[in-house]
Amino acid sequence: MDLSVLIFLTSGLFLGWSLGANDAANIFGTAVGTRMVRFSTAAIVCSIFVILGAVISGGGTTQTLGRLGAISTLAGAFTAALAAAFTVYLMTKRGLPVSTSQAIVGAIVGWNFFSGATTDAAELYKIIATWIACPILAGLIAVPLFKLVQYVLNMAKLHLLRLDAYTRFALVLAGAFGAYSLGANNIANVVGVFVPASPFTDFTIGELVTVNSTQQLFLLGAVAIGIGIFTYSKHVMLTVGQDLAAMTPVAAWVVVVSHSIVLFVFASQGLERILAGAGLPTIPLVPVSSSQAVVGAIVGLGMMRHSEGVRWPLLGSIVLGWVLTPFAAAIVCFFGLFVLQNLFNQSVY
Amino acid sequence: MEFNFKVPSLFNRTKELEGQIDEFLDIVTQSGLIFSSAIDSYLDKGSSKEFEEFLAKMERTEARGDNLRRDIETKLYVQTLIPDLRGDVLSLLEHVDNIVNIYEANLFRFSIQRPDIPTQFHKGFIKLTETVIICVESLVFASRSFFRDINTVRDHVRKVLFYESEADRISTKLQRKIFVSELDLTRKRHLQYFVENIDQLANSAEDVADELSIYAIKRKL
Repeated sequence: MDLSVLIFLTSGLFLGWSLGANDAANIFGTAVGTRMVRFSTAAIVCSIFVILGAVISGGGTTQTLGRLGAISTLAGAFTAALAAAFTVYLMTKRGLPVSTSQAIVGAIVGWNFFSGATTDAAELYKIIATWIACPILAGLIAVPLFKLVQYVLNMAKLHLLRLDAYTRFALVLAGAFGAYSLGANNIANVVGVFVPASPFTDFTIGELVTVNSTQQLFLLGAVAIGIGIFTYSKHVMLTVGQDLAAMTPVAAWVVVVSHSIVLFVFASQGLERILAGAGLPTIPLVPVSSSQAVVGAIVGLGMMRHSEGVRWPLLGSIVLGWVLTPFAAAIVCFFGLFVLQNLFNQSVY
Repeated sequence: MEFNFKVPSLFNRTKELEGQIDEFLDIVTQSGLIFSSAIDSYLDKGSSKEFEEFLAKMERTEARGDNLRRDIETKLYVQTLIPDLRGDVLSLLEHVDNIVNIYEANLFRFSIQRPDIPTQFHKGFIKLTETVIICVESLVFASRSFFRDINTVRDHVRKVLFYESEADRISTKLQRKIFVSELDLTRKRHLQYFVENIDQLANSAEDVADELSIYAIKRKL
């Protein structure tokens, strides 16, 4: 493989690394922060299932991003991923919550503007509608799920220690599901823009399993996410755990499961086929924000108890970050492409 | 980097610790029964060999309770179990253990100071002893509920509060009876001291029950 190819891929891998460092905390933050699950256990489970989710089920959301804008050159993809990563970095530095999904979509739209490609408005609206639906859906799932768990636990009358042991086990299982869903839903953010210009070729293992170029790209991106989890997520997990200390481990489990269901629903091609087969309307396969799904579930549980329990100004700043991210990423990408094309003489479309 | 999430062993350890917590609470109940028998024996026969045997039994029971509590506390820490509620559970176990210490301390006072209790006050002492034991027993039920059935903690806590008030009422009535008697002031003060110390069992049970109510609310969050 040409060295320049690897250099161009670095921006996507960096985005993958930061996604692993930040979003693993949405899945295992409370469990690790409250010492219910060891960090080593969380990191291993999370990495394995992120990779499985990305390689097995990462295709659906990637196709949606491809329909929004098929970036045809490696240099263009590099800039889009770098613009998204830079926006994530800037917003994080300013203390604004940020979503990689929104950053990459903004960057793709920025590339469309620069290259003169048409942005599919219907596709864009579908993505935006999904972003709005994501936290709401997570909240709507969290409330009845919490009520159900509460009812079952009240009936079961488990000893506190037994409940603790079961909860630990359940947190690891939910974390595995969450990591799989994260890999399936968010791998498009990391390497999705490189798919049309993928430098890999298909190969077959023992004439049984064919690993196509996209899957190899997904594997590479997922490994970057795994490295992000192992190298940097512990600190984020401990912070998240302390921030949400008021939440019981059972409530934390409900949040993780709700988040994972939402990410899974918006990534599952299998579910899409089942719904289509039954003549039902399908759910769009769109990369959504893991953080926003978690926030939606937490707000849902907070409102279920009492609406005063929700810090509305904080929620306002979260929504502000959500609105600003795609615009910022689009602008950064546009200028990045301009620089790469005119200063470094690269073909960006 | 170690990876040791052994599910079966985690559940086995949990089962063993559940048994130890149950055994610890059994010791509190058993201490109440020994205390009741010891007081009956003292009122009947004074500082007899039988009373001293009850005291020795209480000492052994208290020591077993202490060892069990320390073992439970160590396991909770070493195995990092119930991290969110560990502080509450440790505090609960220590305060419940303190009630066993009060049972033992009361019997030691009887053994050392040998108060001369006139027959006219026996009924009052027996009634007070019975009431404080029911009060502590209600606390044991509340504690078991905290571990197994959080929704019933409140019912048992209410019983603790009720019996604590009853113990106060009986204690006050008994002290009035003592102070209107013909005894000299030194003996009156000596008997009052014993009444107050027995009543202290119900007061301590009430304090633990109050804490338990807060722990139960935290568990429900």
